[in-house]
This record gives sequence, structure tokens and C-alpha cells, in this order.
Amino acid sequence: MSAGTQFAAAAGAAVALPARIVEPFMYGLQRLLGIKRMPWVFLVPNLTAVVLFALLPVFINIFYSVSGSDRLYPWDRPVVGGANYATLFDCDNFLDPSTCSRDLFWRALGNTLVFVPVQVTAMIVIALLTAICLNRDIRGRGFFRGIFFFPVMLSPVVVALTWQWILQRNGALNGLISSAGLTPVNWLVFPNTAFFWSVFVTVWAHMGFYTIILLAGLQSIPRDVYEAAKMDSATPWRAFTRITLPLLKPVLLVVFILAVIRSVQTFDELYVLTGGGPGSATMLMVQYIYEVGFAAQPRNFGLAAAASLLLGVALLIFTAIQMRISRGGKDD
Amino acid sequence: MTEASMSKTDMSISDFLTRRRRRGRFGWTDGLTYAYLLLGLVVMFAPVLWVVISSLKTPANLAEFPPTLLPYSSETVVVEGFDQPLALFDVVGEDGETRRLAQIRRVGIQAQMIDPADPEAGRVLVPVETATPVRRVYLAFENYTNLLASSGNDLWRYVFNSLFITVVATLITLVMNSMAAFALSKYRFRGSNVALVSILATLMIPATVVLVPTYMIVAQLGLVGNLWGVILPTVATPTGVFLLRQYMLTIPDELVEAARMDHASEWRIFWKIILPLSSPALAVVAIFSILSRWNDFLLPLVVLTRRESYTLQLALASFQTEYGIRYEILLAMTTLTALPLACAFIFLQRYITTGIASTGIK
Amino acid sequence: MRRIMKTTSALALMVAALPVTTALGQEIRVWAGDTGTGGVLFEEMAKSFEEANPGVDVVVEEVSYQTIVESLPVQLEAGEGPDIAIITDLGGLSRFYLDITEYVDADYFEQEWGQTLQWLRGGQQTDAIFGMPTTLTVNGAYVNLTLFEQAGVPVPEEGATWEEWAAAAKQVAEATGTEFAMEMDRSGHRFASLAISYGAEMVDEEGRPVIDDGLRAAIEQFVAWHQDGTMPMDLWGAVGGATHRELFSDFLNANVVFYFGGSWTLRQMDTEVGDLFDWAVVPTPCGPSSCTAMPGGGAMTAFAHTQHPELAGALINHYAQPENLDHYISTEVEIPSASSQIENGVEYPEASERTREALATFTAQIPKMADAAYRFQGWRFQRAMMNSLTTRISQVLNNELDIDAALTRIEEDVNLAIEAAGGQS
Repeated sequence: MSAGTQFAAAAGAAVALPARIVEPFMYGLQRLLGIKRMPWVFLVPNLTAVVLFALLPVFINIFYSVSGSDRLYPWDRPVVGGANYATLFDCDNFLDPSTCSRDLFWRALGNTLVFVPVQVTAMIVIALLTAICLNRDIRGRGFFRGIFFFPVMLSPVVVALTWQWILQRNGALNGLISSAGLTPVNWLVFPNTAFFWSVFVTVWAHMGFYTIILLAGLQSIPRDVYEAAKMDSATPWRAFTRITLPLLKPVLLVVFILAVIRSVQTFDELYVLTGGGPGSATMLMVQYIYEVGFAAQPRNFGLAAAASLLLGVALLIFTAIQMRISRGGKDD
Repeated sequence: MTEASMSKTDMSISDFLTRRRRRGRFGWTDGLTYAYLLLGLVVMFAPVLWVVISSLKTPANLAEFPPTLLPYSSETVVVEGFDQPLALFDVVGEDGETRRLAQIRRVGIQAQMIDPADPEAGRVLVPVETATPVRRVYLAFENYTNLLASSGNDLWRYVFNSLFITVVATLITLVMNSMAAFALSKYRFRGSNVALVSILATLMIPATVVLVPTYMIVAQLGLVGNLWGVILPTVATPTGVFLLRQYMLTIPDELVEAARMDHASEWRIFWKIILPLSSPALAVVAIFSILSRWNDFLLPLVVLTRRESYTLQLALASFQTEYGIRYEILLAMTTLTALPLACAFIFLQRYITTGIASTGIK
Repeated sequence: MRRIMKTTSALALMVAALPVTTALGQEIRVWAGDTGTGGVLFEEMAKSFEEANPGVDVVVEEVSYQTIVESLPVQLEAGEGPDIAIITDLGGLSRFYLDITEYVDADYFEQEWGQTLQWLRGGQQTDAIFGMPTTLTVNGAYVNLTLFEQAGVPVPEEGATWEEWAAAAKQVAEATGTEFAMEMDRSGHRFASLAISYGAEMVDEEGRPVIDDGLRAAIEQFVAWHQDGTMPMDLWGAVGGATHRELFSDFLNANVVFYFGGSWTLRQMDTEVGDLFDWAVVPTPCGPSSCTAMPGGGAMTAFAHTQHPELAGALINHYAQPENLDHYISTEVEIPSASSQIENGVEYPEASERTREALATFTAQIPKMADAAYRFQGWRFQRAMMNSLTTRISQVLNNELDIDAALTRIEEDVNLAIEAAGGQS
């Protein structure tokens, strides 16, 4: 069988299967179990996959974090209790990461806690500004919408290589700068510029997605609300803060949650772009976990798992603080 | 500022921030908007364009600084008595006259050259700094042909594998996610919150972090080196369930009730009523599934151990070796992997963006 | 649990309309990762083996270096992966190797590769033969002679120290307006050459890391070179973690006077530099302790999980035959690893005169290699220490750690790795 026919057969089967087999099967189940249990029938495939490939790995990870050795299978690994956590917390002075045995863990955690708020803020502000521009009655809206969305389609590795090619010492950006008569800057060599470009590149790659969602939100705001505002001779800034933002709030919340989650998970782009450098200035938690548990030789699954669980705890605390702050803001 | 201009500025700001321009006027806010969008155009698109141009440069041309805008290559000439074509140089002589010579070899700061028009005249010693290479615009398609030649006939196998994974995983994702979303939006039952939370909680787990346990489970299922070993772990996307559920919540429950009155089975209600109505949301989930499956790298890298099961991304990544980045190959590879998506994007751009816009995440 | 999973997997397999076919008959899969011409050469040489053994299919797969370094170990851990692979972490993967002593001409192997076979044992007390070393690589310095000539600076003679080279390179760079004086691959292996010549022991007889004054002196010197601009921050400073990075293109484009890399880039020199400038490989600069460079290289090993141990062993034996070995080494322009090849020399018909000279210089460094270099190369935790070196030195260069703290961290990193591997060293 050639690849093409195989492919067509598979696709055809995937569509025809439900009609032929699934319907009588599901009807049988409905008669057997009663309508009350049908939601579970609908949930089972997805839940099975979630349990098998998302929750089970997390539980294995929890076990990894309290066991040692470089063995893969849990039954081969001796339990070491809190040793991995103790290694991570082995610090002379908790205020100075260089005194910690695993200083990179603390630096990565610190970097993540700076990177996420900065990147998410930049992302939302720029995406909102872009959405507002695209919401206006301009020529070539579809074209511009497409341009801003385009990078979302690129794979993280492609994004990183593209920017590395531009930002490197002899790259296009420095070419432009030196032809303008200025001194080229070695962008990825200095911690601050490298951090800036990390934020920039990740925003560049993902903002299109949020722009489109925000644009949809803006378009769903009825026009007459603004007409009314104008009647009341509200200033435009007032109209924006009192009408647009509140009406956009539910959409902004979705955007915010998704942006935070994906920001915390940032890995591929920066791994290829900076490798976490210079030094450890752009190393985020996920890269630390990857390096310890996967790229190192021998691989330290236990330490990586412990670090990932601590990241989870840190995120919970972070969220709690943030909710406290935003709630506090409301009381004023 | 006069009263009038003040209010005019006010209006423009208000236009800018709140609503669309009225027809027939071109205010400064429009200028601002276009300026912003053009800046966006440069920032968003120029990098990609630059990579495509760079991928058509020869290694020597790539190494130049400042980089040339267009791909160039040295002009060569075949001179009698020499097996290899020789590179041409424009040489400024002591008399200030420029002559076009072919370089035989270069030793230190001096080069041995010969006049291609008059090889009989013999060799000339030329100081290197007086010679500039003669160049012309040259598109180095050999970067691509070399890349394709070294992957040979297997290339179609890789394309097929990538397509197979992308299409099958997306179909399964759509069916499974929408079934779960249906259950979580159209039924009230004990445990629905637990199910919803446990699905959404997985949103928080970075795939990289659970890579090792996931691989172990795949290995236990005997799926290493098998395309299904990449498909199955990725199908239960939490974002998919979330988006679909949000959308289905906006579909009136009366529709479901009415269908039940007509003795439609639950599956039929799902398949014939809810699913068609959810098509905008399905389109979005499909697009994201396609994008992430096509671009997947880490899990396939570990799971797909056999060359015949490689995806396009893996095959192209195998051109990076320990001993260095060959930029000309890498850039060609970057362009090639992004190309199918770019094509798809040009055709589907409208549907993709409007599809996302209409999911009604509200 | 295992049972359930097996049943599920059987079900999954049944449902799957698999595009991947499993070959009938005996299939031997070989992974070739880091070689210049890659798998093609090995595939070609396998032809006569397949003819001699009907029904055997040798599948040579070219894989990325990342696959060999990162994926292969995890796959081996799970009992998966190819039957044979060409690997570079000789000592680290020891426990997955198949002992091929009974399938090969053991005496021949011992005689040709005595030292390197020891590396493959990774510290185990055994006489087992775990594979065939394919190539020997030598770290070494490439120098742009044209730039020296233009600057009118004499090229340091054999026996010159690292400091002398650094000073000369800096002088040349300043005189000729070259961007950089000196560069070194961002690799712990390359740094180890410098460190050992400064007297670092790296690892003791018991397989424990040694943090000594030699290592400290080498790091201090290395940092000083970055601070005074002899070396650019691009390689060691700009990248984080254990990421390997090289900028040999700087040398190819005459942007650097002195580049410390290794013998594997020779092939590139012929094709890319041509006669743009004069270059040479120079004898390894000397430190206070010795003039050593690190040896390196790949080895072809079979893995214990293979279904066809006998065939896998026989195939390696086949590749180890002198005619195959010579063919491989001369086509790849590599330094031979077998002692008879080293003695008799290998012909490189396709290489240029300059490249042949460079090869001779590389080969001449082999007798000068310090014992510590060999011991380090064969150490199971070499990669752990090299990764730690790159990570920590980068941190020092970026003022995240001082040298004392970096040395402490390096020791802790390696000890943690030893602990993670179950304490055996």
C-alpha cells in the first residue's frame, strides 16, 4: 500500500467509524447504563488519556522526587526520602543564591519570578494595543491581522534560530546599527540585553494569539455604548477605562491566565536562543529541570522532580499573593 | 490651543481608543495606527524574510559583516591550464588603473594572479589589499538541494509521518475533547467539577517536566519507535476541552431538551446537534492541535527511535552535529520546516484568525 | 501493573494501522551520529558483511548528535534503542554495553586498542571488550599564519607556553585589526586540555573529582584572558548551562588569530578556507606542568539488549578489519586509533598538503599527552565534570560566582552526579 492510500484510508476510517459503529454502540451503552451515567461515558476517553499521560506522570514524578539513582523505572529506584529536597535547600545563606549548593535552582526560580510578570505584562499591553489598532476601520485589516499572527505558526526552534541569526555579533541587527554609524552591541553577551531579548522574542512569537482573542473581545462590545458615553461627554481615556476595559475584563482574564501558564512553561525558545546564558541570566525553571533530569550525564531524575514540585509550590504561593493584591486593590 | 482644536484632539483620541474611524476623514490617529501597523509589519515579518534570504547565500557570503542585503557569490572564470575555475578580482595597479585578474592562489598578503584574457603573459604577484572580488547576485539553491539530497527518498517518508501524526492526533483530539466538553457543559452530575478541575489542572504541567515519566509509560506500552507513541500522549489537550466547553455553554440547553423529547439518543444529540454548532471552536482547537503536532520536537526526539518513523522536524534537526552549526544548512532547514505552514497560512489566514475571533471566549 | 500495560499496548498495536513495518529476518540497526560523512560510509562497508551473512540486514541510521547524547541514554535505560551505535561518552554508558569478546578477534582488539578499550570499561574491573574505537581525536590549536606574517610577529616555536601564545596572538590581533586574538570551543573537554597542562589532576585513581591548584590556576588564567579581551565573551560568556558552542567559523573567516578546537574540523579547512589564508595546526601550547592536549574520539559499541548479540559482535569485528578501518580513516581525514595504523601511517589521497601536515602535527601530540588526560578521558563521570566546568566558568565570567565558590560547586556537582548514579565511581 502506498503512503497516500494508507493515509486516505486512515482519514476516511476516522470519519466513517463513528457513523457506522459508534452510534449503535453508544446507544446500547445508554440503554444499559441509563442517561444519568452518559456524561461519564463521554468523559472516559479523555479522562483515560489525562490519567495515563498527565496525572500518572505527575505521580511518578512525585515518587522520583523521593527516590535516588539514575534508573528510569520506579521499581529499580531506592527510596531516599527528602534527600533531593535537602540538596536543593542546601544553602549557607538563603538571601544569597551563590551560597547554595544548587545555586542554579534558586537563580532559575528567581529568573522565572521576574520573567513571568514582565513578559506577561508586555505581552498583554502590546497585544491590547495591537488589537485596538486592528479594531479600527483601516485598509488591509486582514493582511495586518495575518502578519501579527504569523509567528504563532512557527516552531519554537525556528523562532529561536531566526532571532539568533539576527542578534548574533555579526547579525543583521548589528549590520543595521553599524551602517547607521553606531557601535554594534553584542546583544546576547550581556545579562541585561539577553534578558530583554528573551522577553522580546517570546512576546514576538506569541502575541498574535492573544491579539486575535482580544480583537474578538473588542468587536463584541456594542457601538452604542460608546455613543452613549460621548453624549455624556466622557473623556476618551475615561471611556476607555470605564467602558472598554470593564467590558473586556472576562476576555482579559482568559488571556491573562493562558499567558501566565505559557510564560511559566517557556523553554524551547530560550534554550536555543541563549542556552540560559550569559551565566545563568536567562535560565528559567523548566530549563533547569530539563538540564538536571535529562541533559545531564548521569541524569538526576530525582532532583529534577523535586525541583518541578517546588516550582509548583512557588507558583501556588505566587498566585495566592497576586490574588491577595488584586483583591486588596478592589477594596480601595 | 484653541477650544476647537482641543475638542478635535479629544475626538481623535476617543476614536483611537474606542471605535472605528468615520468614513471620509483621515485624522492623525489613522496616521498613528498605520505607523504602528507598519512598524509591526517590519518587526514581525522582516526577521522571517531575512532568514529566507540568508538561506540562499553561500557560506562565504553568510560570513560577511556587515551582511549583504542580497545573496552574492564570487565570479569565476576557467583559464587554460587550470583544472579548477579561478575567482576573479578587480585589481588596482600602482598606476591607479583597474585590471580584472583571476587568482591562482593566495599566500599570506600576496596573491598570484593571471590575466584570463592573456594567460600567456604569465603570473603576476598582487598585494591582497589592492584586490576586490568580482561578485554577482547568486541564489545558492544548492543549500536546499544538498539538504534534500542527503535525506534522499526518505524525505517523503518524513513528510508522511509528520502528516500522519498531525492529522490523526488532531482528529482524535477533536473527538475526545468535544465529547468531554459536551459532558462537562450539558449535564449536571456529581463529580463533574472534579473531572473538569483534573483536566484543567494538567494545563499547568509543562510537557518538558514530565518528559521522562511520559517516555517511561510510552515504553511500557511498547510504543517506542511507533508513531502512536507520539500521538497518544498528546491528544487530551486541556486547552481544547476548556475552549470547547466554554463555547458549548453558550449553546442553549433547550436544543438538547427538545432533541431528547424527540427520542434522540445522547450520542446523536452530541454528534448531530452540538458538534455542528461548535464548529468555530472546533476549528480553533484543530488549528492549535495541527500547529503543535507539526512543530513537536522533544517527545518525538525521544520516542521515535527508528529513522523510518522520523518526523520532518527530527530529520532536519539531525543535520546539526556536535562539531558546529553549518549556518547555510540550518537556515535552509529552518525555511523548509516553516514553509508548509507558511503556505497553509497564506490560504487559511482568514479562516484561522476569524475562527479564533469567533470562538466567543467571553 | 506491567501486565496491564502490556495488554493495553497489545490492544493499541492492534488498533494501529501502522505505517512502520517491522522487518522480517535479522536486522541490525546502527546509529552513526557524529561523523563527517556519517552513516554512508558504514552502510557501504556493511555490504560485504550482508553478502557473507544472507538474511541479515544492516540498517545504518544517521542521527543527530543531540539524539546520541540525550535520547540514547534514556532509551537504553528503558531497554530500547539501536543494536549498535557510535558514541562519544565512552565511560558513561558502560553498563549498557554488550561484551563482544567471544564474537571478535579479541587478541587483535587488545593489541590495536589496549588503552581505549579501557575507557569503554568506565572503571569496571573487567577484561570485557565493549566495542571498537573508531577514531582518535586530538584537541589542538589552529593558527592563522597570514595574520602573523602581516603583523611581523614571529610564530611561537614548539614548547611555547599558553601565556606566550596568548600574548603573541593579542599582539597580532592588535597589529592587524583582527577582531579576536584567541578563542576556544565552549566545551569542558577543550578546557580540560588547558587545565591538565596547568597541572590539574581532574580525577584521582579512585574515580573521585580532584579540585587542585592546577585547576584553579587554569580557571584564573582563563578568566583573565576574558577580562583583558584576549578572548571574546561570545563563547564561554554568552551561553549558559552545559550547552556546547563553537565559533570555528571565526577562524574560517580570519576573525581570530588562534583557535583552540580539535582535529575533527580539518576536513572543513580544506573545503572552506582553501587558499584564503595560510594556516597551520601548531603543537599544543604548554602549561607549567605539561604540554598535553586531551584525546578524544568515538567508539562503536553494541548494546546488551540486542536480539542478535552474535551478529552485532560479528559486524563490529567486520568494521574493525584493517581494510575497512583504513578506508574509513582516510576518507574521513581522521587520526587513526589503532596502534598498527598509527605505526604504519594512513594515506590521505584526498587531503591537501597543508591538511596532511596538520594531521602529522596532531598525531605528534599523542605521545605528549599526560596520564591525567587519559585517566580523565576514561572516567565514567567525565561528562558530569565537563558540564560543570562550562556552567561554572560561565558563571564566573558573568560575576555570578567567584573562583573559590566555582571550585566548590564543581566538586559538589560531580559528587552529586556520582551519588545520583548510585555511588559507584
